[in-house]
Amino acid sequence: MNLEAKQQIWKEYQKEIADDRYYYARSCIRQTFFPGSEWAYLDILGNRLGKTVFDDPRHTTCTGIGYHSDVVPVETIMTVVARHFALMTEAGFENITPSCITSFGIYTEILHTWQEHPEIEEQTHEYLWKATRREFKKPKNLAHTSDVIYKFRHEIAAQKKHALVDVHTGRPLRVVDHIGCHYAKMFPSKGIGGAEFPAVLSGMVTAWGGEPVDYPERRHCCGFGFRNYLVLANRGYSIANSKKKFESMQPYEPDFIITNCPGCAMFLDKWQYTISEMEGTTYGKDGYGIPVLTYEEAAALVLGYDPWEIGLQMHQVSVEPLLEKMGIAYDPDAKYRNARGEDMGRPACPNYLKV
Amino acid sequence: MNNIWGFTISSARVIDYDKNDRSFAQYMTDTVPSSQLCIGCGGCTATCTAGALTDFNIRKLQMLVKRGENREAGEQMHKCMLCGKCLLVCPRGVDTRRMIFAMLKYIDNQKL
Repeated sequence: MNLEAKQQIWKEYQKEIADDRYYYARSCIRQTFFPGSEWAYLDILGNRLGKTVFDDPRHTTCTGIGYHSDVVPVETIMTVVARHFALMTEAGFENITPSCITSFGIYTEILHTWQEHPEIEEQTHEYLWKATRREFKKPKNLAHTSDVIYKFRHEIAAQKKHALVDVHTGRPLRVVDHIGCHYAKMFPSKGIGGAEFPAVLSGMVTAWGGEPVDYPERRHCCGFGFRNYLVLANRGYSIANSKKKFESMQPYEPDFIITNCPGCAMFLDKWQYTISEMEGTTYGKDGYGIPVLTYEEAAALVLGYDPWEIGLQMHQVSVEPLLEKMGIAYDPDAKYRNARGEDMGRPACPNYLKV
Repeated sequence: MNNIWGFTISSARVIDYDKNDRSFAQYMTDTVPSSQLCIGCGGCTATCTAGALTDFNIRKLQMLVKRGENREAGEQMHKCMLCGKCLLVCPRGVDTRRMIFAMLKYIDNQKL
């Protein structure tokens, strides 16, 4: 196949991403477990790239966790999402950018449903009016926040303070990516690279100097799957999926994992501790785990943010070995201090996983 | 190890050819070379006396051994009555009775 044909085909795997004026929809999980990550995104977009992002305090959960666990009916989630669109319309925005992969999947699914069944959209207009006396317009552009960072990856690279390179050897960092299932497996045309050629994260990694690793279980689910995790009896199945991924990526000795889904970031990070306590197995070098970064955290490190300012101390797997490789200076004593500089105390150490 | 979780990691149900022990399959091939002629038609299973009374299935047995799923194959093996009807119907001339007999001997030696 010649190069032109390849480029032509690759065009089909792209999507339209708005240039500016984004209505931001926060993630339940990301703002709970990695709060610095969302802050970093807003700061990068607003102060480094000069974009307008509206972080609306009236925005609520999309109820996706309840929906995928069969406790929230589809009519309810549609009305909740319609309220989000109404808030966006009232604020004068037309481009919605959810931080959560599941919210992104749900918005996509609902917009598709309304396109195929206009009568359901009409019904949702009615439900929303009855419940809140609000009207809504559908967004002109829907993009996940990782799409937005992907769009501006070269602008971020132009401002970089630290490349994804081992400063001691000059070797590009080996990075394994994990794309959330609800990003492109539900609607492949809505994700960069579709479901088969996930490029949204590997594109960032390449632009910032790293080397993406195409490991065998790259497209495998992390095992979250809501009802799999929420029911204790199914949790063993859930963790088995993460374990399968860790075993698949370990031979490539990755320097870190990058994810775009809040749930995956949490699971791939915390399950490494759980597996180490259950089986005594760790997947990084010398008893450490493999650090897990969200794409916002990776972008923030590249742009020279302080690791503790973006909340890397919230991670279960220590990020210090990665910071040392990248040549990022950090104050070890500041790790467990709050914003006022007070000592927050130290968490108990795991038995096997080195921190 | 710590067991405070209330659950354990589920074992994968995929057949991992890299990890499975293929020595049993190799032994079967070496001892009864005709076993390689099997086309999986299932004639042996259709005529099997033990199969009519239990869930014994010679075709499945062969498949388990070839995949290296030795434990399950070992559990099934003793249901065979060695009557040899399978031997009469096999269109490829596989010495099925000898094959099973050899496998039984292997299992006894290996204590699978």
